[in-house]
Amino acid sequence: MHMADALVNPVVAGTMYAASAGAAGVSIFKVRQEDNQKKIPLMGIMGAFVFAAQMINFTIPGTGSSGHLCGGMMLSALLGPWAGFLTMIGVLLIQCLFFADGGLLALGCNIWNMAFYGCFVGALVIWRLIMKNGASRVKIILASVIGCVLTLQMGAFSVTIETMLSGVTELPLKTFAAAMQPIHLAIGLVEGLITAAVLLFVYEARPELLWGVGKTQKEAKLSFGWTLGILGILTVLVGGVLSLAASSLPDGLEWAIGRVTGSEELAAAETGIYAAAEKVQSTTSFLPDYAFKGSDSAAGTTVSGIVGALIVVAVMIAAALLFRFFRGRKRKKAGMQ
Amino acid sequence: MNKIGQAISEIQSLETLSKEDRWVNRLHPLSKLFLTVFYIAVTVSFPKYDLSGLLVMALYPAAVFLVSELSFKDALRRLRVVLPLVAAVGILNPFFDREVVLTIGSVQVWGGVLSMLTLMIKAVLTVLSGYLLIATTPIEKICYALRIIHIPKVFVVVVLLIYRYVTVLLQEARRITQAYALRAPGQKGVHYKVWGSLLGQMLLRSMDRANDLYDSMLLRGFDGEFHTGAKEKLKPSDFLWPVLWGAIIILLRLFPVAELLGGLFL
Repeated sequence: MHMADALVNPVVAGTMYAASAGAAGVSIFKVRQEDNQKKIPLMGIMGAFVFAAQMINFTIPGTGSSGHLCGGMMLSALLGPWAGFLTMIGVLLIQCLFFADGGLLALGCNIWNMAFYGCFVGALVIWRLIMKNGASRVKIILASVIGCVLTLQMGAFSVTIETMLSGVTELPLKTFAAAMQPIHLAIGLVEGLITAAVLLFVYEARPELLWGVGKTQKEAKLSFGWTLGILGILTVLVGGVLSLAASSLPDGLEWAIGRVTGSEELAAAETGIYAAAEKVQSTTSFLPDYAFKGSDSAAGTTVSGIVGALIVVAVMIAAALLFRFFRGRKRKKAGMQ
Repeated sequence: MNKIGQAISEIQSLETLSKEDRWVNRLHPLSKLFLTVFYIAVTVSFPKYDLSGLLVMALYPAAVFLVSELSFKDALRRLRVVLPLVAAVGILNPFFDREVVLTIGSVQVWGGVLSMLTLMIKAVLTVLSGYLLIATTPIEKICYALRIIHIPKVFVVVVLLIYRYVTVLLQEARRITQAYALRAPGQKGVHYKVWGSLLGQMLLRSMDRANDLYDSMLLRGFDGEFHTGAKEKLKPSDFLWPVLWGAIIILLRLFPVAELLGGLFL
C-alpha cells in the first residue's frame, strides 16, 4: 500500500505531511510524558523487528499465496499507540530511503494511510476497547482481525482518495475503490490472523508485555483453531452467503410497501425535496442497492455485503465512542456537583 | 539469493556508496535533502499532459549521475518496486481519456496515453533523485540534517536505532527462515501452525536484545541526547549547489524550455 511520489501532487502531499506531523507531535509529547528512557532502544529494535518480520512469507492455507505481518497494529499492542506510531514512521522512512518503497514526498500520505490508522484506530480504539476488562485468546484474535481489516480498509480508501485528488488517474472513484477495497479486505484478514498468532504467543509467554490490557479475566474456553474456524465461517456467512439471499428477498419495509401499494418501491416524486435528495444519494452512494453500479452480478452483491458489514462495524464503533464521550462528560459534571 | 539476502546486500551496498569520498558525498546533508525534496515536489507538480517539460527535468538526475559517477544500472533496479504499482494506476488512463491532445504526422495521441507516460516518467525521475540522495549521504548525516531542522531527538534516535538493527534482525530472520526451510523442504512459506511461535520467538529475543542494548547505552553514558560528533561547517559549495539547481529547476518548470529549444531547430 506504499504510495510512490508520482501518485501524489504537492498540495495533497503537503496536506498529508501536515496531518501526519500533527499526529507525530502529539505522539512525541506523550512519549516524553512517559519519561521512560528504556523505551527508546525498545522502539528502535521493534522497528527493525517489524521490518525484518515483514520479509518473511507466511503460507495462507488453501491458497498458493503468502501474507505478511501487520506492523502498526502489532507495534502498538506492545509499545502503546504513541510509541508505536513514532516507530512506524521510522520504519516507513527507512523503507522509503533504502528500498524506494514509498516516496519521500508521499511519506506524509504513507504515514497517515498505514501508521495512523493502524496505531490510533487499530490499537487506541479497537484494541483498547476490547482489552478493557482483561485479555483472553478470543479477544486477542478478535481485536487483531477487526483492527487489521478495518484499518487496512481505511488505509486503502485513503490511497484511493489521495490518488484521485492528486489527479493522476482517469479511473472513476467508484471503480478505483471497488478494485482496492476487496483486495485489502483479504489482505487485512490474513495480516490480522498473523498478527493475532504472534500476539497470542506473547500472551502465553510474557503477558505483561501487552499494552492496554485491563484486569485479568478468566480465560475463555475456546481454542485458537476453533476461534479461527468460527470467525472464518461467520465472515463468509454474513458477508457473502447471507447478502446473496438478502438481495433476492425484499426486506421488511419493502415487503410492507409491496403489500400496501402493490410495488416494492414507492413511485418517486419527480420534483421537490425528494428529487433533490435522490440526486444527491445517487451521486454519493458507493454501492447502490448493495451492488456495484450497473452490475447485477452475484460477485458484486457478495463484495457489497462484506463492505457493508465493515461500514456497519465502523458506525457502531463511532456510536460507542460518542456514547462514551457523552457519558464521561455527564459523570464529570455529576462529580463536580 | 532470497528476498532477505537481497535486502541485506542492498543496505550494505548503499552504505558503502554513501561513505565514499566523492565531491557530492562531501556536500552538506541539509542542502542535498532540501534540493531532493524540492526537485521531487516540482517534478510531480507538472501537468499530466506536459510530456516535453517533464523530460527536460531529467537534467538534474543526469547531471548528478555524471558528477557522482554512480551506477545508473543499480539505480534502475530500484524501479522494480515502484513501476508496477504506478503502472497499475496509470494503465487504464488510455481507456478513460480518449480526447486527442496531440497529433504527430497522421498519428493521433489520446490524452490518456500522454497522462500514463507522464506518470511513469514522474515515477522514474522521483525514484532516481531519491537514490541519488541516499547513495551519496549516510543515514547518520540525514539524521543530523533532520536535527538541524528541529525534528525531535526522540524520533531521530529511533530512526538511527532502527537502521542500525535492521541488518542484525534481517540476518536473524534469514537464519530462522533458512533453518525452517531445511526442516520443511519444498514448502513455500511458513506453515500457519507455527506463525505465532516462529515470529513470537524472534520477537521475544529482540525485546531481550533491546534490554541489553539499553544497558550498554547506559554504560556508554546515554542520556537521551543525540550526539553527532563534530559539527559540519557549511562551505560555499553547500549554498551554491542547491541555489544553482533550485534556479534551474524553477526555470524548467516556468518556461517551456524543450519547446523553445525545439523551435530553434525547426
